[in-house]
Amino acid sequence: MLTCRDVTRLVSESLDRELPPLLRFRLRLHLVLCLFCRRFERQMLALRALAREVAAGEADGPGLPEAAKERIRGRLRGEQAQP
Amino acid sequence: MATETVDTHLDPARWLDEHGDLLYRYALARVRDAEVAEDLVQETFVAALRGQRNFAGRSSERTWLVGILKNKIVDHLRRKWREQPLSELEPAEQAEDFLDLLFTRGGRWKEGAGRWGDDPAAGVRAADFQRVLAACLEGLPGRLADVFILREIEQLPSDEVRQVLNISPTNLWAMLYRARMRLRGCLEANWLGHAEGKR
Repeated sequence: MLTCRDVTRLVSESLDRELPPLLRFRLRLHLVLCLFCRRFERQMLALRALAREVAAGEADGPGLPEAAKERIRGRLRGEQAQP
Repeated sequence: MATETVDTHLDPARWLDEHGDLLYRYALARVRDAEVAEDLVQETFVAALRGQRNFAGRSSERTWLVGILKNKIVDHLRRKWREQPLSELEPAEQAEDFLDLLFTRGGRWKEGAGRWGDDPAAGVRAADFQRVLAACLEGLPGRLADVFILREIEQLPSDEVRQVLNISPTNLWAMLYRARMRLRGCLEANWLGHAEGKR
């Protein structure tokens, strides 16, 4: 039987590839029997959903520093000056 | 731009004012280095200026610029990983010792897993979540963060992540596993586990 440690690895892996059928079956069997591993699986799905929210949201935080803006403005003017 | 007709859609100075901050935050969240983020934003605007004829208004200006930036970020990570492949990294970064703290020798949970995965957003503002996750990401070893960000924030398919970073599938899965386990531990310790209690 798979250990809980094995199961955490496989749950993670199943987010990145399709597991072979037999392995998938053994994973499911363990999950049916193990509360903590079921919770763990939900945590992994929640983590993925959270990461997607972070990606979708315009995270607050500092903007482009003024010095960098000035530098980039200069660079763009230079670019535009060239035909 | 030597013509008399000035199309406001192709005005780089305005691009900078309107999209500069957003692009910078976008880049910073993914490369976690202010100097690199500034450079990537500059490269993005320069590329946009050179390629502005390709902008046919199929998407919004912002979407177009973010698309260019995404490519710049991936290129940056590709270069970074070619210049310093995984094999040159310190073994400490590859250690799995922290996993031994979670499981018994027999591979069973020592303390179990909290319930926060059931409904992670219950009673918590999304912005708080983002802050906690961002803080947890900062605590990840750099390489693990790169892998996680490409896969889960940029949402590239596994195969593409593997090719960009030039690592084997086994290596990719192992690194994603370690990254997720660390993030999970960080979330559970700093926020979610606390708020809800373990059992």
